[in-house]
Order: sequence, then structure tokens, then C-alpha cells
Amino acid sequence: MSKTTAKLMQGNEACTIGALAAGLEFYGGYPITPSTEIAEICAEELPKVGGKFIQMEDEIGSIAACIGASLAGKKAMTATSGPGFSLMQECIGYAALTEVPIVIINVQRMGPSTGMPTSLGQGDLMQARWGTHGDHPVIALAPGNVKECFELTLRAFDLAETYRVPVIVLSDEVIGHMREKVVLPDPSEIHPLRRAAPATRAGYKPYAADPDGGVPLMAPFGEGYRWHVTGLFHDESGKPTNKGEIADTLLRRLARKVDKNADILADCFSESLDDCDVAVISFGSSAMSALSAVRRARAEGVKAGMLRLRTVWPFPEAIVDKVASRVKRVIVPEMNLGQLALEVERVVGCRAPVTRIGKVNGELFHPDEIYASIMENK
Amino acid sequence: MGDTLSYFRQDMLPHIWCPGCGHGTATGALVRAIDRLHLDKNKVCIVSGIGCSSRAVGYLDFDTLHTAHGRALAFATGIKLARPELKVIVMTGDGDCTAIGGNHFIHAARRNIGITTIVMNNNIYGMTSGQYSPMTPKGFFGTTAPYGNVERNFDLCELAKSAGATYVARATSYHVPLLIDLIEKALLNPGFSVVEALVQCPTYMGRKNKIGGPVEMLNWIKEGTVNVKAAAALPPEKLKDKILIGELYNKQEGEYTADYDALIARVQRKYDKFQGGLYGCASNSD
Repeated sequence: MSKTTAKLMQGNEACTIGALAAGLEFYGGYPITPSTEIAEICAEELPKVGGKFIQMEDEIGSIAACIGASLAGKKAMTATSGPGFSLMQECIGYAALTEVPIVIINVQRMGPSTGMPTSLGQGDLMQARWGTHGDHPVIALAPGNVKECFELTLRAFDLAETYRVPVIVLSDEVIGHMREKVVLPDPSEIHPLRRAAPATRAGYKPYAADPDGGVPLMAPFGEGYRWHVTGLFHDESGKPTNKGEIADTLLRRLARKVDKNADILADCFSESLDDCDVAVISFGSSAMSALSAVRRARAEGVKAGMLRLRTVWPFPEAIVDKVASRVKRVIVPEMNLGQLALEVERVVGCRAPVTRIGKVNGELFHPDEIYASIMENK
Repeated sequence: MGDTLSYFRQDMLPHIWCPGCGHGTATGALVRAIDRLHLDKNKVCIVSGIGCSSRAVGYLDFDTLHTAHGRALAFATGIKLARPELKVIVMTGDGDCTAIGGNHFIHAARRNIGITTIVMNNNIYGMTSGQYSPMTPKGFFGTTAPYGNVERNFDLCELAKSAGATYVARATSYHVPLLIDLIEKALLNPGFSVVEALVQCPTYMGRKNKIGGPVEMLNWIKEGTVNVKAAAALPPEKLKDKILIGELYNKQEGEYTADYDALIARVQRKYDKFQGGLYGCASNSD
């Protein structure tokens, strides 16, 4: 018999419960507003289930410890916000190149720099994709309500294991601190992925995989595989190399892991899109205000529709392309000066004008602001 | 003594180090200490950062992790906490450990986490061709200290001790039997251990400072050091500017991952009726 649980909870709490549901065994983090509740709950809950929590000396150490724990076979996560996310960038690239699964929750706040630590921002969208140096694969999911904090964090762990990439949950201050009633599924209905170890130890080639986006099986440290992990470019056996041909093959395989699965990864919420003239495309907390504006416009007979991206990276091009092919206008509200808009404009091209509504005062959009834009030139 | 070569990944050789470099000597000492203790190769994990010395791990036949610059101890902390039953060793250099990685070094020491850290100190950044490091003595030359180093250098062993390491020792690539002995003892210490291995860099440190080639550098290291036991009987003027070698500190204290496991046991006893489950969170944020 299915047994669901209804609870009033905060977005940060829902992220943590999602991580525990996914089988979280290790948390390494550093206190930072507005993500700290995640660390606090992990510190309290992980020992109860035999897991480990450590407060590291900084965010660089936090992500490094998580990568180490993941290599030791544990499901590992860290959580942070802008300044800490900046410090983690080098090791995000390390995890991408060495193909170590980890989950990073970034509860975005108003930046740059220390900015307004307790205020809302969505200015880390591009950083989530391009923050570390060099081309690299990454997946980023953006919850738009508290329930999705649970669902997308749970999914983030599965995706990290499936593709062996760092997965970023791109939350924000409003989503993280907002409280909503959430009905959680029966734990027996949750089947998180467990990492499968390679069959043979002798001759284990840790990076041997189909060049077209293949994902090799990963051996845990301490089990006799005795393999080498390096942030240098490496061949199939993990041996460092300066050979351009091997580097080229490796980097293209890493990119393909995500690119060729873009359709599987794409995940959006839509409402009233099928017949709309004006499409509002947004993510995270901005999309909550946007949906309210769209519904009001609809009620007044304006054909407005809503597309909210739950997967932001890889950018769900096919879905946005379909919208762009039939609307007269696109509006992109976001808590930055136009980052999502850059991607939307790239896909929409000349087919429809794209209106950017960037907001950087740290305050959540009032639906009226977006409603007003919908009603202009309707 | 087993077959030393059996601890190496022979397909990863030859190594990249310059002729006369001391890193091979220190790496050999580590392998010999591991061999003496008959450690299970499958339960040893060796982690390094970036730099000449950090390339050592690629040649060693264990689970090995060549991390980002300065971060070896942070990665190693994750491994050790995740799997305390593993013997976790960090191989690092003076720049990697005391400059970019200095914060992780003092905090690993403070936690007394069961990691054995071998710091190969050649007093210079070798991989990037001879810049001064936090371990370059004042007045010495480097490519970024063309008029002599203005900065003071760390005493790494004093730093480790004051930060909380429970085993601290120093030896050199000249005093190899001592180095092996000290690494062996460090590997037996349950808590955080530091062995500083003074090693020669003839290519940069030797040339920039006109010390000479490998032999002259080894003599320079020999002349500059005094065993801590011998030092006890020497007058202060004979110890001026000398570096002490030998076991410098050894004190048993609770090891971090063991203490964390004890915490888990205590929490789980308290929550023996804890239905755990996925949604048993105490909701402390309410």
C-alpha cells in the first residue's frame, strides 16, 4: 500500500530530503547564506543513517572532499551560494574531466561579489554552464517550487551517476526559503540509481568508452582496481597524455555524453503554450510571478503562454525552438540583466522579438511587472 | 624487502623528473616504508596535488588521485572520511602544500584526520621553472626573486605541530634510511602525520643559487641539517641556521574519522527507534 507524507517545508529542506532519498552518504560544505539550512539538516540527519557530514575550511575544500568521497564510492553533495560557487569552479572542471559524479546545490543570491547575501538573484545561470575554464559537460536543473526541490535533487543524483558529470541544482533565495506543503511519495516507490562496479579488476581501463558519448563504469577506490585519476588529459587507462588526438577524442566524448542525451535531459513546465501569441520563458522563482501574470492575461483574453525550464543546462533547444516557430513575441523575465535571454534569443533568432525583463534589485518580480510587458503590443 | 618495482606502474614509467632530482628518492622511501609494513596495496590510496613531486602518484600501483593545485588534502579528507579503513597518503610539494594548499594543511592537522602527508620540500617551484616558494629561505634566488628572496620561509614542522598534527618528522634525500624509518612511523600513527623530506632540485634551486649539481646539493643538505638527538648535546652556536631532522613530535590524540564513527554510534543509539526512512528528518528549520 502506498504511503505518502504531507509536510510543510522549505525549499532548502526539500532539497536535502531529496538528496537523502537519493541515498546521500556524504556532505562536505561551508556555511553561506542562503543555503546554510541544507548543511544544518545534513549535519543532523546523516549520522542517523550512517552517513558523514563535514564542515570544510572553505568551498574549494568542500567540493574537493565531495569528489574524494564519490571516488570512495559514496553519493556526495555540497551546497552553496554565489561566492562559494565561484570558489568551486576549478573543481567542477576537475569532476567533469575525471568523470566523478557529484551534486552541487547553488541557492543563488544577489551578486556579484558579496552582493546582497539575503536577497534574490539568478545571476549564476551562465556561470553554472561556463564557470570553469575549458569546454566541459555539465547538467543544471532549476526547481520552480518546493516540491521540485525534492524531485530535481533526487533526479540530480541519478543524472550524476548516469552520465558521470557534476550536476548543479540551480535554486535561488526565494525557492530555497519559501515554505509550501509538499506531498512526498512513498519511500518504497523511490528507486535511486546505484553505481555499478566494473566486472573485472585485471586490466581495468577506467576511461575506455564509446567515443560517441559513452560513459565508462566507475570503480570505487579501495576495492582492488588500483586506478589512476588525474585532471590532466588522459588516455583510456588514465595515463596522462599531451597527445592532441587523444585529448580531442576525450573532450568530444565528454561533450557528447550530455549533448546526445539533450532530449532525455530536457524538462520543462508549460501552460497555455499551444495556442499562445506571447510566450513567457523563465526559470526558478521568476517563473512563479510570470505564471501568475500569464494566467491574468489569459483571463483577460490575451493569448499568453508559459514555458518554465526545469532543465536549464543543456539548454532545451528543441522545446524553445518549437515555441519560437509559432509565437509572435517572447518575454524573458529573470533576476539578472539577461542571461537566459541570451540563449532564448540564440534559438528564437529572427522569428519573433524577444523582450528582456532583467531585474537586479534583489526583490522577486511582482506579477504586474510581467503582466505589463505581456499587455504591451499584444 | 619485497620487490620495490612491484609497487610501481611500469607502464607509466619512465618518470618526468630531471636527472638528479630528489623526488624519486623520497618516492622510493615511501614505497619501502609501505613494503616494510606489508600494507595491502588494495587498501592504500595515494593523493597528490600539482607540481613536480605530485607527479609521483601516477607511477605508483595503488588507487591514486592526482588532484588540483593545493587541494590534495581536501580530496584526501573526503576519501578518508568516506572510508576510514583505507590508508590514505598525501604526496605534495612545498608550493602545493604551504602556499596554495596552506589552509587545507592547517585544517587537516587541526582535525587530526588519519592521513600521512609526505611533503617533498625542494625550496622552489620546479614545474613552473624556479619561482620562490614559501619554503625558499630569505636571500635565496628564484626566477621571481632575481634580487634575492625578501620573504621569510615557513618552518613546516613547527607549523604542522602548532596546527595539531600528532606525528611530525623531517628527513632528507641524503638521509634515506632515516627517511624510510620516519615514514614508516608516520604510517603507523592513527592521526595526522607530516614527514617533511628535504630534497634537491639541481635544475632550478641548485643552478639559481649556484649550489651545484645533485652531489653538491646533497652535501649542502647534509651540511645544513642536524639530527634532533645529536642537537640535544650541541651548544647553541653549533645549531645556528641548522635544520633539525628526525622525529620532532609524536603525541597520541583522538583521530577524526574514528571520533566521527563514535559520534554515529552514539547518535544511532539515541535514535534506536529512529524510523530513519527517507522522510524522518527532524525538520530543525521549522
